[in-house]
Amino acid sequence: MALPNELEALTEAFSGHGIHEQALVSILGKWHPEERKSFRKGSPHFFVEDERNFERWDDHHVRLLKHEFMRFKNAVVLWTMHPWERDARLAKEALIKKGPQSHGILIEIACTRSAEELLGARRAYHSLFDHSLEEDVAHHINGSERKLLVALVSAYRYEGSKVNDDAAKSEAKTLFNAIKDANKRKPIDDEEVIRVLTTRSKPHLQAIYKHYKEISGKNIDEDLDADLRLKETVQCICTPQKYFSQVLNTALKRDLDKNTKKALTRVIVTRADTDMKEIKEEYNTLYGVSLSKKIEDTANGNYKDFLLTLIARGG
Amino acid sequence: MAASLVAPDTHSPMEDAEALRKAFKGWGTDEKAIISILGHRNAVQRQQIRQAYEELYQEDLVKRLESELSGDFEKAVYRWILDPADRDAVLANVAIKKAETDFHVIIEISCILSPEDLLAVRRAYHYRYKRSLEEDVAAHTSGDLRKLLVALVTAYRYAGHEINERVAKSEADILNDAIKDKAFNHEEVIRILSTRSKAQLIASFNRYRDEHGISITKNLLVDSDEGTLQKALHAAIRCINDPRKYFEKTVRNAIKENGTDEDALTRVIVTRAERDLKDIKELYYQRNSVSLDHAVAKETSGDYKAFLLTLLGKED
Repeated sequence: MALPNELEALTEAFSGHGIHEQALVSILGKWHPEERKSFRKGSPHFFVEDERNFERWDDHHVRLLKHEFMRFKNAVVLWTMHPWERDARLAKEALIKKGPQSHGILIEIACTRSAEELLGARRAYHSLFDHSLEEDVAHHINGSERKLLVALVSAYRYEGSKVNDDAAKSEAKTLFNAIKDANKRKPIDDEEVIRVLTTRSKPHLQAIYKHYKEISGKNIDEDLDADLRLKETVQCICTPQKYFSQVLNTALKRDLDKNTKKALTRVIVTRADTDMKEIKEEYNTLYGVSLSKKIEDTANGNYKDFLLTLIARGG
Repeated sequence: MAASLVAPDTHSPMEDAEALRKAFKGWGTDEKAIISILGHRNAVQRQQIRQAYEELYQEDLVKRLESELSGDFEKAVYRWILDPADRDAVLANVAIKKAETDFHVIIEISCILSPEDLLAVRRAYHYRYKRSLEEDVAAHTSGDLRKLLVALVTAYRYAGHEINERVAKSEADILNDAIKDKAFNHEEVIRILSTRSKAQLIASFNRYRDEHGISITKNLLVDSDEGTLQKALHAAIRCINDPRKYFEKTVRNAIKENGTDEDALTRVIVTRAERDLKDIKELYYQRNSVSLDHAVAKETSGDYKAFLLTLLGKED
């Protein structure tokens, strides 16, 4: 007879991020037919009572399960990939999938990578897809977002530390005014907003971030609540660890659609070699719990172990 | 692609550096020596001479040339001695800083160079000016011209030969609609011209010609008071479609005007001497029934003339 805690453990094994392979082996593997039947009868969210008198796997759930089993494989493949190919494939997927998140992923890639890393991604995109990244972005996206996204993926920003502080001050003012006048014209349609955000160097934009706070009293991304893409752009460029912490936090909730869940793999795999240490610190500061603990609680099996190993590297 | 530059297969950078040093010594400068050496060295060789000169005399050859020479001759030699990517970065910066941005230079650089060469220019620009090329283009232009120019300089086009016929047809139609309605701020025109690969664009231009019986560049023919954006679009299409014809026209206009446009003349000769200046000369002769050498000799003078003729391939 299946023990209640085994039932619970097995239900857990099938829920959350990834699959608890060991539980499946040690519990499910040893169950006799009656125990498996009682599991089916006791799990109405996995099995439906068919009219011909048997408990049938819910189709939708089987499909979800497939994704959960693949989560570990996808993480491994993504991790092993050359970073250029990785970003090119993530970008392509973001363009094809077209969820509300997908444009955010393009912004994430364009704004959190170094100038050379972004260039590398564009090269890999040429090889993989016989088109340029900006060509496909422009072709698949319309309207105001197109201008922002094409410019962001095409940027080859100056990476030195030299900043013209007077220009930064004046551009902070320009941005402030554009945001203030948002009901007359959306900031994303303001050509000066686009110019500043898509062409200036990151140190320059960080100087603008500082000056903006002095003018407005609030941070520019706080004032951009009404403009999600611009907000993401500013966050990715000026406060990337905060941005990644927020994405992780959202991705670690329960009962999510599969695209939101994918962010967990994406962020950890793409940042493990870069600023994972800083992201962990920021995550702790923002949410009062360690990232490792959250992953421990939410993810399963090999997938969980893999993620924890990645984030433990380098301290 | 045929270059006009005549340069020996081997040279001694040390000897060249010494000879140049001799040319600077004493009162006045021996311009002929400078022309006969530098005018016959390719980019790699010139770089070696700069290095040798620095080693021998602890001085930057470029700075020395700037102080020894003057006028159009100096400008030409300065541009010539720079590494090609650095040169284009300088030309772009000069064009941007003009009261009204000389968009032709930006368009030439962004539309004629290969994707990798354009990247090299963007890197050289970072190094020299501590800002990005697109940053400066954007800050000095506005409106539709800004959109077009920034899009062009930031492009990293796919360099393959694959084309999609369906896309060629649909984008030829989009271009045609834009031309018919004269709606040149049409986002789609900028998207197509600045993101598609060169092969794909040429396929679209050919498709255009097949459908409408006239080449797209003829249909964009500009009367002098047409807008800047239209002129810029025209230039971009011509640069992508047939760079040599574009340069022939640029050089023809530079010489034709009352008073030669030395900046344009220097730019074409210096930037194309190691690439396709010989082809441009042939086109020029076909179009004007007089050789480019002859036209340049007639409209310029002194050391400037001698230098240009050397780059054009004149034997000493």
